[in-house]
Formats: sequence, C-alpha cells, structure tokens
Amino acid sequence: MSHSTVPRSRAEADESGKTPVAPGGATGPQGKRSSGKLGLRVRLRRDRVLLLMTLPAVVIVLLFNYVPILGNVVAFQDYDPYVSDNGIVAIFHSPWVGLENFQRLFEDSAFWEAVRNTLVLFFLQLVLYFPIPIMLALLINSVVRPRIRAVSQAILYLPHFFSWVLVIAVFQQLFGGAGILSQLLRQHGYDGIDIMTDPETFKFLITAQSVWKDAGWGIIVFLAALASVNPDLYEAAAMDGANRWRRMWHVTLPALRPVIALLLVLRVGDALTVGFEQILLQRDAVGPGASEVLDTFVWWNGVRNQDFGYAAAAGLIKGVISLGLVLVANKVAHLMGEQGVYQK
Amino acid sequence: MTAVIDKTVRTPGRWAAPPRPVWEEEPSRAGLAGKGIALSFACLAILFPLWIVLVTSLSSRKTIDEAGGLVMVPKGITFIAYRELLSGGQVTRAAVISVLITLVGTLFSMGVSVLCAYGLSRSGSFGHRWILMILLATMFFSAGLIPTYLLVQSLGLMDTYLALILPSAISVFNILVLRGFFMGISQELIDSARIDGAGDFRILWQIVMPLSRAVLAVITLFYAVGYWSAWFNASLYLNDQDMMPLQNVMIQLVQKQEAPVGLGQAIKTGQLSGLAVQMAVMVMALLPVAVLSPFVQKHFKKGMLTGAVKG
Repeated sequence: MSHSTVPRSRAEADESGKTPVAPGGATGPQGKRSSGKLGLRVRLRRDRVLLLMTLPAVVIVLLFNYVPILGNVVAFQDYDPYVSDNGIVAIFHSPWVGLENFQRLFEDSAFWEAVRNTLVLFFLQLVLYFPIPIMLALLINSVVRPRIRAVSQAILYLPHFFSWVLVIAVFQQLFGGAGILSQLLRQHGYDGIDIMTDPETFKFLITAQSVWKDAGWGIIVFLAALASVNPDLYEAAAMDGANRWRRMWHVTLPALRPVIALLLVLRVGDALTVGFEQILLQRDAVGPGASEVLDTFVWWNGVRNQDFGYAAAAGLIKGVISLGLVLVANKVAHLMGEQGVYQK
Repeated sequence: MTAVIDKTVRTPGRWAAPPRPVWEEEPSRAGLAGKGIALSFACLAILFPLWIVLVTSLSSRKTIDEAGGLVMVPKGITFIAYRELLSGGQVTRAAVISVLITLVGTLFSMGVSVLCAYGLSRSGSFGHRWILMILLATMFFSAGLIPTYLLVQSLGLMDTYLALILPSAISVFNILVLRGFFMGISQELIDSARIDGAGDFRILWQIVMPLSRAVLAVITLFYAVGYWSAWFNASLYLNDQDMMPLQNVMIQLVQKQEAPVGLGQAIKTGQLSGLAVQMAVMVMALLPVAVLSPFVQKHFKKGMLTGAVKG
C-alpha cells in the first residue's frame, strides 16, 4: 500500500509538521480534512480510494435512478414497444405526438377516479393512521417494567417485517369469505361476510392493514424522542404540582413536536404514493372502481395494456406534483422553525 | 415479616418494576388496568391471526373439517402439509429461490452500501458533497415505473434474477444511516491506524466495521427483509412461472386459492387439507423474519435516520 505524501488528517499533519495545528488540537472541527489550501489534483490523488469506494453505489444510482428520468420522453410519444426488441431503441423509432397523451388523460374519467381515490386514501390514512403510533409510543413509554416493554415491542414491531402478500393473506384469514369472522358468523346461524372484496369498505380495509403492519414500527422514532427528554423536567414539573396528565401535556408532548412535524412533512410530501403494492394485490378482488390509485393506474395502462406513452404521462404528472409537494412541505417545516428533511 | 425487612430494597428481577422516583405519585389501579388492557389488545391483534395461521397449518384434515375451516384450538399436531410442500415441487423450488436471492442480494447490497457509506464518511474528502447530493436527491423524486421498466428491458435483464437484485440493490436511506454511524467513530482511532500504515480498505474492514456491528446488523436485516418480501419486480420482469420466488407463489396459492402444482390430487382425495397447505406456505414466509428480527430488536433505533444529514 503506497503512502500518501499529503497530510490526510490532523494526526498525520501533526507528524509531518506541515500544517499548523492549534495547541492541543482543541479548536476546529474534529478530524476535518484540511482541504482549503490543497489543490484539486492533490486532493483527488489523496482521496482516490474513498472515491473508488463510492463508485459502485454511484453507478447503480445513476443507472437506475437518473437514467430512467430521460425515459419519461415516451410520455410525449405514441410509443410502440414492438418497433424494436430493445425498449430504448424503440423510443427513437416511435412518433412524437406532443401533449396528446396528457390531453387524453384529462378527458379520461378513470384517471380522475384514480386521483380521487388517491387523495381520499391519503387523508383517511392521515386522520386514522397517523395518531396511532404516537398513542402507542406514549403507552409503551409509560410501561416501566423492562421485560414487558421489550416483549410488547418485539410483538408490535413484527408485522413491519412481513411482506404485503403475507399481510393481505393474514387479513383474508380474518375477514375474507372463508375467514374466521365469516366462519364464526355461520356457526351462529348468520350469513358470512366477505370484507376483502367489498368496494364500499375498501378504503377502511386498506387503512386497517396499514395500521396492523406499520403502526407498531412507527413508535420507534417517538420512543427515541421520548428517551431524550431530560428527566429533571418531569421532576421539576412534579415539584410545581403538575399531575401525571399535566406532565404529559407540558413536558412529553412538546418533546414530540419536532418529530411529529417532520413525519407530517414526509407524509404530505409522499401524499400521492398510497400503498402501491398493497392496493395492486387487491385490485382484482375489489375492482378498479374503488381501488385504482395513480400508481396502479400507471401499472394497468403501461404494463397490462402496453399503452406506455399514456401510462408514462400519468406517471410524469404524479412525479412532478410529488416533487413539488416535497419541496413545499419542507419549506413549511422551515417556516414553522422545524428542521424538515434537509437543512437550508 | 417485620417492618424492617419491608424497607429493604428488593433485588429487581427482569419482570419487576424499577424503583419509582420519590416525586412520582403511585399509579392508580384503574390506570394500570387500562394500560394493561390497551397493551394486551394491541399485542393480541397481532398475535391472534398469526396463531390461527400457525395452528391451522399444523392441523390434520379431520380437525380442519370439524372446525369448519380455520382452527383456533389445536387438536394434535401433524406436519403433513409441510412434508408435502418441502418434498420437492413448486413450493420447495420457490423457497430455495427466495433464500438464494435474499442471500446474494443482501451480500451485494451490504457490500456496495458499506463501501459507499465509508467513502462518504471522512469529512472534507474530495467530492463527497457532490456525491452526497446525487444520492440525497433521489429521495425526492422517482423516475417512474414505465421508464424503469423500459430500462431494465433494454439492458437485457428480463427473465433474469439480476432484475430482482440490481434495480432495488441500493437504499439511499440505509447508506445515510451507515454513514452517520461511521462518522461518529473517533477520528483519532482511524488516524492512528493510518500512521501504522493501514489503507482505507483495511481501516474499514478492521476498525470501522467491527465497531459498527449493531448498525450493520440492523441494515443487513432491512436489506434481507426487502429481498425476502419482494414480489412486484418478479411479477414485472419474470415470465417463467418456474422462476418465481416464494412471495409470488404465495399470491397464487393463498390469495388466488390455486392448488399447488402436483398436490392437487392429494388435496382432493387424501389426508392433505388444502387450507393447511395454504397456511403452511404463509408460515414459511413469516418464520425467517419472525425468528431473526427480535435478535436485532434492541438496535432498531440505530437504523433510524435521526437529525439532518451533515455535509
């Protein structure tokens, strides 16, 4: 292994004595690579191994996250997948149609139904799902016995690691036509019910599945925030005569505020993405009328009907609006004085 | 017992409550009961369905017929459904495929992610801000399903297992978590290794990684669960039914209620219950994660990205 001749860090700089270092190394950010005075080529040479290490990940991200962005041009084409064996070569042989796909979209009632279903599911999940991890976290946090706490956490986290296929199969055993609920009803002389195929209650079913799978997992961030509360605050509040509930209101909940704000921002930025896999798996059972969301609309038109240009147009609309939502949500978080996803 | 002994502190067992601070009031009985009921309800809502699935998968055809379907109370245990499923054939093959994809995919994802995270973790290094921006930006947009599909198709990955690994190999979130952890490792330690002549690969392998076992375990679990649970890319990029992983076979057998290839006759006539077979497939899918995740549980918090990303 060849040795670099350039100081890579404070310690090595100390050794070689090339860079002046503050006495005791107390000032300056710890371990900061001295970069200001070195030329680009020298730094490139010094850090080539580090750069090499990032290379595989960067190549994969560029290839699978950035290159496909260009593929969105098919939204402006009457894309014909059969004109070539290669999907990208086919782009060069397909006719351009301008905004025709978007025009068709706006006149398609199925598209607007997908938009409506997406928004309804988003708001329903926001109202019914969002508070549950917070309440569960407060509950777990109030359990002082370590074993009970660990065991119940293990149980609550578990469904997060199940696949959507499994979660839906589990719900089928509970609420399907041959599920345990129907079975019990029939044994007591009633008719069985099949909630899994009912378009009327589908949005609540989806929300219940999300709660079952991920509400337990959602408590982790809140528990971390709760664990960082200075216990002296509780003692001081108790000394001032605050009872259990007032301590929760004035100490615990303010401690959770930044986390809640951040998660709300993330959720709003992700508003148009509502459980693609989960809904796609149940699309056949309940029918597209109740279950079609933007993502499944893209899938149906593109993958199933091979109408790639049309599907890409719908996907592009979703992508652009989502990007806008993330940026706006972050802006709002900053205005509220919270950190948001990225810093200014 | 005398009052003197009452005052001595009991050695707390692991089930016992730690001592309460003096300023805290004793909880009311009603409050304790309410908490107990709420917590039990939450846990039962998760465990009860899994119990039914497990018990039914272990029940004989007779027990299942008597119960009129799903079994809540076990009456004898039989492994006939598992024996039939694992004696070669569709489900055995799918399970082997899933295990292999999970092993290879997780190894690949971890290798690429750990290297990248370390490469970005030395602050002040050349170009790391730009690379970080390239990675971070992907958390704000998605290229979309159709262009990604066309790319995978034109790369010639259709009907190969690479299509199930490469497009989903990297989670930027996981890289950022690893990087955050690596950045917290004492610079003095790394510097002293460098003075001793260690290069970056060696520092990563012999110093940084052994110090990061907990977060490595969590991220490995995240990646492994991702590969194990994936089904959509297989449905998109694979046409050959014989290549399908376990999740996709589960869709056919449980959700669409098809009989497993080769076992249809045994289910119609013999001892084998179709329902027990379905439940056994579900148990096979949930068992690995249910067994592994509790071991990593106490480190889950480390798998969370807390705070903003520093440059």
